[in-house]
Amino acid sequence: MVQALVFWLLASVVVASAVMVIVARNPVHSVLWLILAFFNAAGLMISMGAEFLGMILVIVYVGAVAVLFLFVVMMLDIDFEKLRGGFVRNLPLALLVGLVIAAELVLVATAWQMGPLAPAALAAPVAAAPSLTNTQAIGTILYTDYLYAFQAAGLILLVAMIGAIVLTHRTRAGVKRQSVRAQQDRTPESAVSLARPPVGAGVDTEEGVR
Amino acid sequence: MAAIGLGHYLAVSAILFTLGVLGIFINRRNIIVILMSIELMLLAVNLNFVAFSVALGDMVGQVFAMLVLTVAAGEAAIGLAILVIYFRNRGSIAVEDASMMRG
Repeated sequence: MVQALVFWLLASVVVASAVMVIVARNPVHSVLWLILAFFNAAGLMISMGAEFLGMILVIVYVGAVAVLFLFVVMMLDIDFEKLRGGFVRNLPLALLVGLVIAAELVLVATAWQMGPLAPAALAAPVAAAPSLTNTQAIGTILYTDYLYAFQAAGLILLVAMIGAIVLTHRTRAGVKRQSVRAQQDRTPESAVSLARPPVGAGVDTEEGVR
Repeated sequence: MAAIGLGHYLAVSAILFTLGVLGIFINRRNIIVILMSIELMLLAVNLNFVAFSVALGDMVGQVFAMLVLTVAAGEAAIGLAILVIYFRNRGSIAVEDASMMRG
């Protein structure tokens, strides 16, 4: 009973906030609704018994992705008024596509039934080790059977990080930075010059001293 | 109230996925909301993975859900980086303006 109550609460909030994400007029509000949707989806996962993934969802989606979205939305000076139009014009096509996809999903869900071999073909059955917690169970197969997939995931994150840095890095004119290479390449010949000013004339800083 | 089973969670994830597709088509000009809709769709996929994993008693679904999460995070980072440099170059993020490559 409690589980049903929790499910209906979390599910209704997650669907409602997803609707608000796509219809909100202000993108900042969209991001905030998205955060609410992520929190409730994490709650759904925890209510299913996948508590590790629920917590990871909060950390990764809310802590990293949503904050990244907020940063971009708030720091770029985007004129959202210009992007707003076309809601009514796009609505018929959007409803058509959404209806088609929803109908297909409903058809698949109602026509689907578990194959006779599926329960026997489990790769990592939970029943084999009932004493493990959810986190331990994930760890025991993630670091053994799926080690290469895990490493590939790490590589994907590395490439994404380097790519994001390379894309957004720029050398701006007029900003003084320390250049170790230039400092070490400095020689007395290039840094010091001798001047022989006439008596009483002094040294012209523009020409005499570099 | 009927007992909550696999079908309920699958229905929620189907609704979420459809809403993500709808969001892409409704907000065709605002690429930030399009990226958020893609995140919604990936969230629906994750819910699906976890629901089947729990229903079948197989942990592999949760491992795959973690991999999907990784890809989603990388995709958001790269997408927003491209968005930032596009905005820096063009001063706007309208999708229709993205015609420099005549695509």
